[in-house]
Amino acid sequence: MPKEAKATRRPPAMSAGMPEVARRQFLTDSARLFCGVGLLGVALALHGKQAKALPPLALRPPGAQPEDHFLGACIRCGMCARACPYDILTLARPETAVAAGTPYFTARSGPCEMCEDIPCVKACPTGALTHALTDINRARMGLAVLADQETCLNFLGMRCDVCYRVCPLIDQAITLELRPNPRTGRHTMFIPTVHSEHCTGCGKCEKACVTEEASIRVLPIKLVKGSLGEHYRLGWQEKAKAGGHSLVEDKGLVDLPDRLPEGMKLDGHFDPGSDRSPALIPGHGSAVPRLPPGLGDQPAAAAEPARPTVSEGAR
Amino acid sequence: MSRRQPGAEAIRTKGRFAAHKWLLARRASQCAILSLFLLGPLTGWWIVKGNLAYSLTLDTLPLTDPFILMQSLVAGHRPESLALLGVAITLVFYFLVGGRAYCAWVCPLNPLTDLAAWLRRRLQIRGSTHLARATRYWILAMTLILAAATGTLVWELVNPVSFLQRALVFGFGAAWTIILAVFLFDLFVMSRAWCGHLCPVGAFYSLLARWSPLRIRADKRAACNDCLDCFDVCPEPQVIRPALKGAEQGVGPVILAANCTNCGRCIDVCSQDVFTFGLRFARPPGDGATSEASRNTETIL
Repeated sequence: MPKEAKATRRPPAMSAGMPEVARRQFLTDSARLFCGVGLLGVALALHGKQAKALPPLALRPPGAQPEDHFLGACIRCGMCARACPYDILTLARPETAVAAGTPYFTARSGPCEMCEDIPCVKACPTGALTHALTDINRARMGLAVLADQETCLNFLGMRCDVCYRVCPLIDQAITLELRPNPRTGRHTMFIPTVHSEHCTGCGKCEKACVTEEASIRVLPIKLVKGSLGEHYRLGWQEKAKAGGHSLVEDKGLVDLPDRLPEGMKLDGHFDPGSDRSPALIPGHGSAVPRLPPGLGDQPAAAAEPARPTVSEGAR
Repeated sequence: MSRRQPGAEAIRTKGRFAAHKWLLARRASQCAILSLFLLGPLTGWWIVKGNLAYSLTLDTLPLTDPFILMQSLVAGHRPESLALLGVAITLVFYFLVGGRAYCAWVCPLNPLTDLAAWLRRRLQIRGSTHLARATRYWILAMTLILAAATGTLVWELVNPVSFLQRALVFGFGAAWTIILAVFLFDLFVMSRAWCGHLCPVGAFYSLLARWSPLRIRADKRAACNDCLDCFDVCPEPQVIRPALKGAEQGVGPVILAANCTNCGRCIDVCSQDVFTFGLRFARPPGDGATSEASRNTETIL
């Protein structure tokens, strides 16, 4: 207690029945407890922060709230684990890196079997697995990624296709995209390609992958999903939206000729800039060339030596 | 101190069984509850699913741990109706039977801390760190503040009570380390440390027990021969004094302190049959204390 308080204290009769000594004792005891418990709290909070980092290979059951919310909503009762007919869900034990007691599964050892009635979600008493999920195909437990193209058999030119064939949403979540095989020059590669708008992250592809370590893996969505940025417009999509009418051509944009070695011709090569209105192209006429928008109309550009100018960017 | 073992006198006068009646009943209750939870995983006969955090009995009766659900509520989550129904049932039940009846009759950690206390007496381990019994309320407050501040159930990352039951029902893993730590701490560092001083689950149920009707009564306190056996075996010995020794101050014979776990061990070890289970309101014939006076002795800390 500060000295001033002692000096100004009133005679013993003062505070309601509590003698000075007892009050001092009370205050010190309270301070001790406050500090001790506070210290424990800080340690716990730090531990809790750590526990929020879900390891990438641990997947939450279908319908799980975002991890931050999930850890406040899941009361670790294990009803989901009991409800799972395939017994794939484990309640995290203290030694695992997953928050103690919370349910998770590992795709490589036991993927989600995508029950149509989603019993795990129905069993959850708190809504940590949100009851709004009624169609298992809308679950987003993670996202499959063909993580290693060096070991994927299809990338090596073979027809493994296992991930594609086991996918519950075959031809939607995983498709095989055809590509010429440049190594042989005469074969086709069937590239397993995941489509995030359909992939539920059930993990069957990872489970089924035949390579020693899975070449395709299901990982947390936030770890693998890129985001294009809202200002991007994809020309072909815009064109389709506009009923097949290209917005770029409307703006009068010019396609500049591609640069090719003298006299070279590529069959099937489409280069409208070289075949169209030569008056607009430097070296092909006397007209002042138009510059791409934003570069200003510097007449100096006209003085450029006459040779085919390149612009792939304009395409 | 070479005192005789507490309860020896009761065993002599009442017989070994009668002197352990409530203790046996409690162990039976703890075993029965654990067996019900284990029956499903071991035999595939699912009477009870889940664990003490939330369970569903016979696919109809939901029971939710109120402390864990409270952390979840404070963390900002709104649970589904089954969890809320379950918590309403448990709250009413534990209010009626005395909140900390959970500690004495249900909690899986209780046999271990009881064992530690028994070993302490047997091995005459003395010297105990001092810590206020109110510490648990501070820890309780801390767990709720942490839940609110972080939005997660931080206490459930370390709670030995949840750990032990989950370990027993869902597989052990390294949970034994934290359980062993609690046991050894109770045994060597501090008497009745976990259940009597630190555990916020018990603190929560104490708050619930403040007005519980089912209490231990010392109606025949005049017969007390001051053997102190009840104080020796009681996990919360501070709760006995007002009821047992308060006749002269006009304090009623009911143990009103919310920390009393209703374990009934004092009934067992008393050779004079001073204690009984009873209702807090019922007044025994001939006892002069007013109920007003009994209410005055009520303390939670």
